Amino acid sequence: MDQTMELGFALKNAWLILALPFFSFLIVGLFIRPLSKRAAGIVATLAIFLTACFAYRLAYEYFFTLPGALEGIHKAFVPWSVEWLRYQENMVVSLGILTDPISVMLMVVVTTVSSLVHLYSTGYLHGEDGYGRYFTYLNLFTFSMLGLVTAPNIVQMFVCWELVGASSFLLIGYYYDRPSAVAAAKKAFIVTRFADLGFLIGMLILGFFGFQFFGELPASVTQGLQPFDFMFLTHPEVGAKFLAQGGSFLGISLVTLSMILIYMGAAGKSAMFPLHIWLPDAMEGPTPVSALIHAATMVVAGVYLVARMFPVFAVSGDALLVVAYVGAFTCLFAALIGCTQDDIKRVLAFSTLSQLGYMMFALGVSSFENPLGYTASMFHLFTHAFFKALLFLGAGSVIHAVHSNSIWDMGGLRKKMPVTHVTFLIATLAISGIFPLSGFFSKDEILSAALESGHTNIFVVGLVVAGMTAFYMSRVYFVTFWGKHRTEGAHHAHESPPVMLIPLIILAVFSIFSGFIPFAHFVSLPSPHGGEGAAHGGIDLAVALPSTAVALLGIGLAAFFYSGDTSRIEALSKSLGVIYTTIKNKFYIDEVYLFVTHKIIFRFIAAPIAWFDRNVVDGGVNLSAWGTRKAGSGLSRTQTGQVQTYGSWFVSGVLGILLVLWILSFERH
Amino acid sequence: MGENLVSFLEKTPDVSHWLVLSSLLFSIGLYGLLTRRNAVGILMSVELLLNSGALNFILFNRFISPGNIDGQVMSIFVIAIAAAEVVVGMAIFVALFQQRKTVDVTQMNMMKG
Repeated sequence: MDQTMELGFALKNAWLILALPFFSFLIVGLFIRPLSKRAAGIVATLAIFLTACFAYRLAYEYFFTLPGALEGIHKAFVPWSVEWLRYQENMVVSLGILTDPISVMLMVVVTTVSSLVHLYSTGYLHGEDGYGRYFTYLNLFTFSMLGLVTAPNIVQMFVCWELVGASSFLLIGYYYDRPSAVAAAKKAFIVTRFADLGFLIGMLILGFFGFQFFGELPASVTQGLQPFDFMFLTHPEVGAKFLAQGGSFLGISLVTLSMILIYMGAAGKSAMFPLHIWLPDAMEGPTPVSALIHAATMVVAGVYLVARMFPVFAVSGDALLVVAYVGAFTCLFAALIGCTQDDIKRVLAFSTLSQLGYMMFALGVSSFENPLGYTASMFHLFTHAFFKALLFLGAGSVIHAVHSNSIWDMGGLRKKMPVTHVTFLIATLAISGIFPLSGFFSKDEILSAALESGHTNIFVVGLVVAGMTAFYMSRVYFVTFWGKHRTEGAHHAHESPPVMLIPLIILAVFSIFSGFIPFAHFVSLPSPHGGEGAAHGGIDLAVALPSTAVALLGIGLAAFFYSGDTSRIEALSKSLGVIYTTIKNKFYIDEVYLFVTHKIIFRFIAAPIAWFDRNVVDGGVNLSAWGTRKAGSGLSRTQTGQVQTYGSWFVSGVLGILLVLWILSFERH
Repeated sequence: MGENLVSFLEKTPDVSHWLVLSSLLFSIGLYGLLTRRNAVGILMSVELLLNSGALNFILFNRFISPGNIDGQVMSIFVIAIAAAEVVVGMAIFVALFQQRKTVDVTQMNMMKG
């Protein structure tokens, strides 16, 4: 960082973006929550709104006031950091704030969605017992997520990565008296934790070589950096050294191996196949939590991690291919399941999976030659955060009114809940990619990135999924808001209170207009040769026309099947038979996992280990305890209580010692 | 061994003879201390131990440094302490007898583990 550069207020005090939610979390959790639930909600919400204002100020300063910013050159730098761990002279880890285009963009997204979700929750959870606890956790999550996106080094990122996992666990299990919520919370935690094991190992491999190279590279590269800093690890010289270093494990080069392991962590967080199983179950949490954590912010942490480490991924082309194909597969797979689910939140969860797949494969197809995918992925992350949060909050509003999650319990709500209806429609059109809503621009960019980079097969998958996305979202929309009231609950439904509608309206505005932001101007892949990548924005008609066509086709099909009575769809699902039930049961992935864990891992690995633990390990411990006890009771027999016996022992002992000394005195002479 | 003993006994008495006497006295006392069941008997055995100690003081005073009286002073102390000890001990035994109706020390096994 150039010392002579004048920083604005927000950049100079960048630590505030972490301090605000953190201290709010402490104060709300420790002092306000026991006193007043209402005050806890208000203080927590205000604190996050303040953080959001601060993030906007910071984004403004970063994107508009720094030198060169207006020409589209956004340098990464660390405006604030403190030394945290010092192991050796060179091995230092700091806590700090890294500002670069994607971290600033995510700060804006996280604080915006989080503050709106806080506001919405004050209405949604009104009168519930855990109100204060809920806002405490929500603040903790916001703090952890901001710590994650601003992490200047991989260690801070990992710590915050686990923190968001923990707060997600706490919030999924918010209704802890419900067994299904408890099971879902555990599942989410264990699956992501398992994935994080890969992240940790990958991090260790990367960090080991990074630290080695740190000593070898010239000071011009390492100037002002630490060996675990992203700015160092993603430096092209490091990548080149890593590649030249060679070395392989099981036929995979070490750089690929470490990046695939790191991707495993990212895939766990972003719920990529086959680690996706926790996300649909995570819908057991309160709906605003799903909107914040499991749609807009935490689940994109995986995408963010891949984007953050992109230069290293690019060094290992194979790792990037894995990212691309896993992303594309998840995209298609989740969209298929999404078409058949009845629980409104589960449809949204699978749709989130599918959209995360888009972001992942967009990163996977990009390279330094074709940097469009990087921008497109971040763009889609940005727009998706708004319309998906809107969809979830809209679904929450409907659930709040109908008291059921099943779309077949709803119906005809468009007159009862006009604001929810309109905002949900906007979000549906946005995610379907209808011009001129935000989803159109970002999805279009992803598709043209796939096409331009020569991954035609991925492009086709993306195009098909675009149509399916339009289909399943319109299906939910038509079933929920059109037709007749199917149940009493739907009949008595009424519009939600204004405190819940305001966030919906704000998010709807974002969903409409965020597509017009010239995103490539702000976020583009930093070229390894200093200059800026040649990412371009704008609409590619060759992509836009077919994608709009399939979206309209999807919506038309959904309208044909679902807007009126359900006889047509019943006939269709019956004719599909086994295929339909397989998809509806999510391809039995959960059952496969259950089989693998229960029938194989538990029986053949866990059970013998448990036996060994119970009998050999515990047996050894018990044996030593038993021996000690027996020896003690044996020796306690000698405690007769007779002083004379003790005296005899004493005298014979003295005599014995004297005898020994006497004999020894002979030997000495 | 036998010849040594005879020559030892035929010699004119010197410090070693007196030390043997003192050792015998101590051993008898120790034996009584460890075997007597009657508390009064134990007290008497303790007297023997103390007296063998006092005898040693006198002996070494007499044979090692005849000009001094330190050992004799110490033996007076020993006698005085022995008297005091007997008084305290007997008082305890009287109190004990009032409670237990016996002074058999094998019955006093409250220290049993």
